[in-house]
Amino acid sequence: MDTKTSLEKREAKDTAMTERTWSGRYYTPNVDIMETENELTLTADMPGVKPSDVDIRFEQGELSIHGRVAPRQEESTQYLLHEYGLGDFYRTFQISETIDAERITAESKDGILVLHLPKVERAKPRRIAVKSS
Amino acid sequence: MFGNGYTMGRLRGDLDRMFQHYFGDLERWGGTDTGGMPAVNLWENESTLQAEAEVPGFRMEDLDLQVIGNDLLLKGARKADERAGVSYHRQERGVGEFERVIRLPTQVDAAKVQATLRDGILTITLPKAEAARPRKIEVKHAGK
Repeated sequence: MDTKTSLEKREAKDTAMTERTWSGRYYTPNVDIMETENELTLTADMPGVKPSDVDIRFEQGELSIHGRVAPRQEESTQYLLHEYGLGDFYRTFQISETIDAERITAESKDGILVLHLPKVERAKPRRIAVKSS
Repeated sequence: MFGNGYTMGRLRGDLDRMFQHYFGDLERWGGTDTGGMPAVNLWENESTLQAEAEVPGFRMEDLDLQVIGNDLLLKGARKADERAGVSYHRQERGVGEFERVIRLPTQVDAAKVQATLRDGILTITLPKAEAARPRKIEVKHAGK
């Protein structure tokens, strides 16, 4: 079970991606998934990724997010302290039918991607008024 | 156990000391190698030290950066989403305060340190102090 809670990236061991980037290494972004009455909100840490570098796909119930990271240091850099590597971010999620895929929206700022996954009408909690007979 | 290391003042090599502040269960930096702190890369050019930290979602006002002697001090705080009526299915992103102290291997000119923040990446340029820069020494021919 994954219990890491941090700003650190986790290196992706397993990926369905067939393209390889300059480093061939992928990182799994840390995410928060929150639920409100109307939607699921998915927030992913993807430092170094600009809005134009984000690619989001939704196919057959699977949502994938891909953040392209441009190299910021040369491959040959001799690090005095080297706590993280550089590579693209990639992660997939299974999305249930209670999400209205047509209305998924995304925004990105300061290296954070936020996805809004609205629930279909029938999945929202509904108050049923009780009339006195 | 990963994610539950509430260690205080853990030493890590000669390069840095870390302090962590906790404000209850939900607001903590978990993690392993760096104790959950933002990860930092540090490298050296001829005339500068370069440091870089991944701090997604932070703005300049959330960060406090200082050079004290040979130490680089980086402090910051990130809040959890505090909207009402929210339940979490997953919470992996760290929240809370952090403080890192990184011992620099060479002397730097604190007055000339520059930092930029973009797309969640903090880039710090630390010009080496004059005394620490490589200096060419001209070899003159001995006269006859």
